[in-house]
Amino acid sequence: MEKELITLSHICKSYNGQMILDDLNLVIHENEFVTLLGPSGCGKTTTLRIIGGFEIPDSGQVIFDGQDITNLVPNKRQLNTVFQKYALFTHMDIADNIAFGLRIKNKTDQYIRDKISYALKLVNLEGYEHRMPDSLSGGQQQRIAIARAIVNEPKVLLLDEPLGALDLKLRQDMQYELIRLKKELGITFLYVTHDQEEALTMSDHIVVMNQGYIQQEGSPEDIYNEPENAFVADFIGDSNIISATMIRDELVRILGIEWPCVDKGFGNEQPVDVVIRPEDVELVPRGQGRLPGVVSHIIFKGVHYEMEVQAGGFEWLVHSTKEFPEGTEVDIRVDPFNIQVMNRPASEDEQAIGVEDV
Amino acid sequence: MFKNRKTANLIASPYFAWALVFILVPLAMILWYGFTDDAGHLTAANVASIAQPEHWKSLVLALELAVISTIVCFLLAYPLGMILAKNKMSSSGIITTIFILPMWMNFLLRTFSWMTLLENHGVINGLLSLLRLPTISVINTPSAIVIGMVYNFLPFMIMPIYNSLAKIDDNVINAARDLGANAVQTFLRVTLPLTIPGIISGVTMVFIPALTTFAISTMLGGSKILLIGNVIEQEFTLTYDWHLGSGLSVVLMVFIVINMIVSALTENKDEQ
Repeated sequence: MEKELITLSHICKSYNGQMILDDLNLVIHENEFVTLLGPSGCGKTTTLRIIGGFEIPDSGQVIFDGQDITNLVPNKRQLNTVFQKYALFTHMDIADNIAFGLRIKNKTDQYIRDKISYALKLVNLEGYEHRMPDSLSGGQQQRIAIARAIVNEPKVLLLDEPLGALDLKLRQDMQYELIRLKKELGITFLYVTHDQEEALTMSDHIVVMNQGYIQQEGSPEDIYNEPENAFVADFIGDSNIISATMIRDELVRILGIEWPCVDKGFGNEQPVDVVIRPEDVELVPRGQGRLPGVVSHIIFKGVHYEMEVQAGGFEWLVHSTKEFPEGTEVDIRVDPFNIQVMNRPASEDEQAIGVEDV
Repeated sequence: MFKNRKTANLIASPYFAWALVFILVPLAMILWYGFTDDAGHLTAANVASIAQPEHWKSLVLALELAVISTIVCFLLAYPLGMILAKNKMSSSGIITTIFILPMWMNFLLRTFSWMTLLENHGVINGLLSLLRLPTISVINTPSAIVIGMVYNFLPFMIMPIYNSLAKIDDNVINAARDLGANAVQTFLRVTLPLTIPGIISGVTMVFIPALTTFAISTMLGGSKILLIGNVIEQEFTLTYDWHLGSGLSVVLMVFIVINMIVSALTENKDEQ
């Protein structure tokens, strides 16, 4: 593991009496692509702004590279931000925008010229030095915002929903671009988004947040395959989240039927939630599976069919490349390692964190 | 917006008529009077009379006072605009109302009330002597005129500056700080340049009425201080020399046109 670069400890922040962040603890390592992922109002942007210096936490500490920077002004921090909606200086041309930070630091003209052409090359916008920001498309403006930030050689680049204002195709292109930039620059990226697909595509490490708490941290694979609670399961991709009872290790009762699984350590006869991804639900002819059901709805999604199957009093979401017309009687089969068992929130307080319609 | 040019022209025609009758015709008349004498012969003497010492003095004084008033208005309006823009959501409505409220009163009445405030035995000196402080003698001085101009024209400076400040995205300011600029550098390199269009329209809207006013100087300057506006007014209302009055007006117009060309050029440059 790389060394710790940013440590947030016991960060609390509230606005007008409303708690935005409640005792947040987070460690960001050097040279990682970290994504703060969550719905709007989950505290992800506030976390970013606290690291950037635009907000001061009510309590807690921000440690950057071994130093306490909690109350340090933004212009003294060794990091740069790419803002939502670009925030370019519209009264300056592209070259002056990119040179802004370097001129403040009194770099030589030659150094600044070299940096501008290096940065424009990096973001594939060579020859745009003397254009004005308003004459550029959204995607181009965003690249300039990135160029303007990285010429200052920050240790961390903070990105606040930078692709939010772009259309779908451009957003996907920019995702690959950001991954490439991250590799070429070899610095830490801290990325904020509410788009789970963006997070899964780009990140080394995802931090899922909701209502001011961190719900789960881990690699994209961990977050997707082994969500720790119903909120994460529901927020990351489509899923079937079902109340169940853990009978004993490796055996769980779902919708009245016993299913073998691979999870252990939940105790005996313990109420739990299970999550089963729609692509992990197998539909087989009646009699060959564990739970009988009827296909109630089917739509074609291109790569697969998306079906709803009524089985055991639950509406299962199923993704399959095989077509089962509406009304088909089927059985449901799930491989034991595709059943992800999660702790059921114990108190009402924790319940509030999760999804309501479990 | 309109289906075709014809409809658009039809709807615009009353405005064209208005512009013709109430703007272009009077302008042409001023030019006609300005460049002719009583006999109807063409002459440049009316315009040239600006070179006469008393006319020249009144023009220079008017320019001086207008420049000073504009600068004072700017220095007062900019910080206030920043305060207003910062509190976009909360108190700005009240503050704005407070500054706009005087405009609900008649302009002459407002200026007249300054007369009673500033008089040698007026309200301010009354208060000062009550507190056993030395009294001031401001009325009938250029300072009184500047006070009157600033009081009357300040809202015209505040509004455009406030609007241009309010338009700046908070993140643009944050971006400057993020890139290493301290508060002063951020102001000089980002905030101020971004508000230049607002400053220009504020300056124009204060400078032109300040340059041409005669009511404020008459009421607060006494009869001794003559601005170019007063001279022109007197040519029309006292000596009935419309030719001379129009000639001096033409000179004044030159300054206004220069001011407007400068603003237009700066704004165009800004748009490029």
